[in-house]
Formats: sequence, structure tokens, C-alpha cells
Amino acid sequence: MSRMQTGQKVTFRILRGEGDSLKEVDYHVEAETGWVVLDAVLNIQATQAPDLSVRWNCKAAKCGSCSAEVNGKPRLMCKTRLDDIDTSQPVVVHPIKSFPHVKDLVADVKWNYEVNKRITPFTPAKDADFTYYQEDVDRVQEFRKCIECFLCQNVCHILRNHEAHSRFAGPRFFVRVAGLEMHPMDTADRTQFLDQEAGVFLCNITKCCTHVCPEDIHITDNAIIPLKERVIDRKYDPLQWLVRKVTGKK
Amino acid sequence: MSHPVTLGKQGFFATLRKDAWWVEPALVAGILTAFGLYSTISAVLLRTKFEVGPYLSPFYEPLLTPNWWPFSPAILILWAPLGFRATCYYYRGAYYKAFFLNPPACSVTGYTNKNFRGETKFPFTIMNLHRFLLIFALALNVFLWIGAIKSFRYEGEWGIGLGSVILTANAFLLMMYSFSCHSLRHIVGGRLDCFSCHRTQKATWDKVSGWNESHKQWAWMSLFSVAIADIYIRLVAHGIISDPNTWSTPLRVIH
Ligand code: SF4
Ligand code: SF4
Ligand code: FES
Ligand code: FES
Repeated sequence: MSRMQTGQKVTFRILRGEGDSLKEVDYHVEAETGWVVLDAVLNIQATQAPDLSVRWNCKAAKCGSCSAEVNGKPRLMCKTRLDDIDTSQPVVVHPIKSFPHVKDLVADVKWNYEVNKRITPFTPAKDADFTYYQEDVDRVQEFRKCIECFLCQNVCHILRNHEAHSRFAGPRFFVRVAGLEMHPMDTADRTQFLDQEAGVFLCNITKCCTHVCPEDIHITDNAIIPLKERVIDRKYDPLQWLVRKVTGKK
Repeated sequence: MSHPVTLGKQGFFATLRKDAWWVEPALVAGILTAFGLYSTISAVLLRTKFEVGPYLSPFYEPLLTPNWWPFSPAILILWAPLGFRATCYYYRGAYYKAFFLNPPACSVTGYTNKNFRGETKFPFTIMNLHRFLLIFALALNVFLWIGAIKSFRYEGEWGIGLGSVILTANAFLLMMYSFSCHSLRHIVGGRLDCFSCHRTQKATWDKVSGWNESHKQWAWMSLFSVAIADIYIRLVAHGIISDPNTWSTPLRVIH
């Protein structure tokens, strides 16, 4: 894509409205060098459409508020440079889709916080000696990078298309559970939760979540597949079952 | 300008994506179908001319010819590598898109089903046996390496031919495909929580994790290499091409 020059005219086709009366509205703006999509949207809000609802906070790709779909791709608006997209055509901006739509570019992501509450939190042993090494936490630190933008939840077809919200926790929460399950000081066992409530086997490893994560967390390879393997240890592996029976270990 | 739209539920293949999202799943579907057909034809129907000189087609490695078995010897072997591939995490993700359109591609609507069951029910629970197929795949890797080494010796004479190079590359690529497997990554160390308590396993896990990052590439390269090796050996066996090599005796068709 070519470099955006100050004064270049770009059309943004933004989803407007609420309930059933939704429409795409075209706004023409004069962009400036270095702009990201959020700059354009805020410019439109300031100069042409003061009632345009949009969520944002940090403008630094760290708060996870400005999630949207730009030309059909789940992105943080504040991290999507106009230089990197085709601006010769109208740039289509829609809200994220897996959650109830509120208005314009805003969706209600409350469901995620409800799911989060069902996860057994970090549970160290009572008399735990908290001496551990960097190599023990390298793996879980990747998961701590999550900014809860919910782009992975948005793109996952199990929520987006199949609407399995009551049976599936979604990639963001597999990331959280992985961070807990793999923590050397944690003692809780969440395999039953993963299997029965979080629906880890509903995931068919299509990696769409991984591709959209702005924090570059390898959600599928490092969180979901290792968690599936841990549940398989408990549920489907006759050898491990035998070993557990013989050794009496849990 | 403004026009009405609907959000959320949309028809098949509905998407706002502007790129050629269908190219990758179409390629996957095409290549996997072609490979499935070719391997069936080659291993099951074409039961001769798969071993020439020191070269044995990887579909037939190791060559088992029990008297009681009336069919192609490849069938005795092939269920393992095919099962290993069919239950591979990478291929699953790829063919759920390409064949099941579930979803057709990321951010592209496929069918919608409130009772979507993913891999929770039979037959998809079979996928969880992947780790057992891994054991067979690793054993086959040993035979493929033996076959690759043997391909340098013909009529009591060490030498090298294009076939030896192809079989060695194939053994290497198939080994890397197994060595980068997600289940192997779990078994060698991923299942542990305390890495500092198990330093050797951590070191192995680090290695496998590194290879695992390119699992997709190993998966495709090894798929192509098996097919190329089989095609090459058959072409040589049929006398359609001749194998450039250092041996003085011409290569004889053995099976
Ligand atoms: S890999 Fe699993 S969790 Fe991630 S988008 Fe695909 S189905 Fe959803
Ligand atoms: S895992 Fe990545 S995509 Fe998902 S919510 Fe966290 S930061 Fe966003
Ligand atoms: S505004 Fe904070 S992530 Fe974009
Ligand atoms: S995950 Fe692909 S071979 Fe095991």
C-alpha cells in the first residue's frame, strides 16, 4: 500500500444505527500522514457526525477498547495505519459481531466478564514458598499480554456463527486458563471445567483467533492445543489412566 | 451515500473481507483431494513397480509381504501415516475450513448451527488418539531413514543417485513433521508445570517448540516429498525416466 499523504481524500463507510435500523454511511475525510483508522473515525465524529458512537481509550493498542472490523478484518482501530490498507476504495468499518450490538461501532462485551467469573482463580498452596525461576513463567507470561480486546472472541466462528455462548468460553478465556493451569505455583485443576463448561473440544483449531490477536499471543498453538492435550491426558488416554490407577497419583 | 445492512447472521460465504480469502481453502481442498486420490491409486491399485534398484517407494516402507495378505502391502503400512495426518492439529484446522466450510475462512460465514458440536462427539473424538498414531509415525521414521541409507547401496556397491537424494530428503522432512507435532510437544514437556524441576524435559520441550512453530511448513513439505518420491520411483521403474547415479549396473525393477 502507498504512503498516506496529508490532504489525501479517503472515504470511510461506517456502520451506523441501532436495533434493526442499520445503515452504512459514507464519510469523506482529508487524511493526514501517519493516521490510523481511529484518527479518521474521531475526525468524523468531531467534524461531521457528533452522534457517532465509538469506544476508545489509550490510542496505544493497550486498552483493548477500539476493536472493530476494518474491511472485514478484526482489528484495533488505533493500530491499523491507513498506509497498510487500500484507501483507493471506501474503507468499511463495522463493529465487532459476536456480541450484542449497542449502537454504531459499539458492541456490548459484558458476556465476557460473566465467563471470566466462572474460572477458578489462581490457587497457590497454603504454605507455598514463592521461589521460582524465570524459565517457569516464560510460558505463562505470554498469556499475561492479553489486553482483552476480544477480537479473538469476535472472530471465533463458534461464537460468531454458531452462537454457542452458553457452552463455550472462547479463545480469550483459554488463554487465561492456560496461564493459570501452567503456572508452577497453582494447584487447582481446571480440566473438568475446560471439558464440560468451557467447551474446549468445540474448538476445531482453525487458528482464526491467533491470526487476529494484536498482542501476537499464539492462542491456538500455545494455549488451546496444550490445554486440549491436558484434558486428553485425563479423559481419553487409557495409558495415563492405568498409570494413575497403579501409582495412585491424581 | 447510505444503504441499509444487517449485522450478525448472514448468508453462506457472507463476509466484508475484500481479499481473496477463498484461495487458501481452495488450495488445501485441491491438494488434499489430489494427494488422497494419488496415494490410494498408487498404494492400493498399482501394486507393482514400486521398488527399483536400491529405491523403495515410501508408501511401501517398510515392505511387509506376509503370505496371508492378498492386497497391496502398502495397505498394511499406510493407515498409520494417513491416520497421523488426518488427526494432525494443523491439517484438522485446514480441512475443517476446506472441506467442512466450518468456517470457510476466518471472518467468512459458513453454516450456522446452534447445536454445533465441534470435536466433542464421535467420530471427531477419534482425533484425540493422535498421540498414539504419533508412536507409529515415529517408528516409520526409523524405517524411512533405514530405507534412505539403503538407497545409497546397490549390488554391494556404495554410490549415490537422484533417488537416494530424494529418499533422504523425504526421510528428513517426514522426521521433522513428526518432531514438530503438537502431541509430541506435550509429551516431552508441555504437560509439566514446573520446568525448573525438570531441566532435560524443558530443554527437549524448547527444541520441539521451535520446530513446532513451522509445523505447517513441515506438514506440506513432507506431503509433497512423499508424493514426489513415489512418483519418481515409479517413473524410473517404468523406464520413463532414468535415474542419474554412480552405479555401473543399471537399476533393476524388484517389485
Ligand atoms: S482456533 Fe478454536 S478458539 Fe480459535 S478461532 Fe478457531 S475454533 Fe475458535
Ligand atoms: S488473546 Fe489476544 S485477541 Fe484475544 S482478547 Fe487477548 S489480546 Fe485480544
Ligand atoms: S484505543 Fe486502546 S487499544 Fe485502541
Ligand atoms: S499435530 Fe500435526 S502431526 Fe501432530
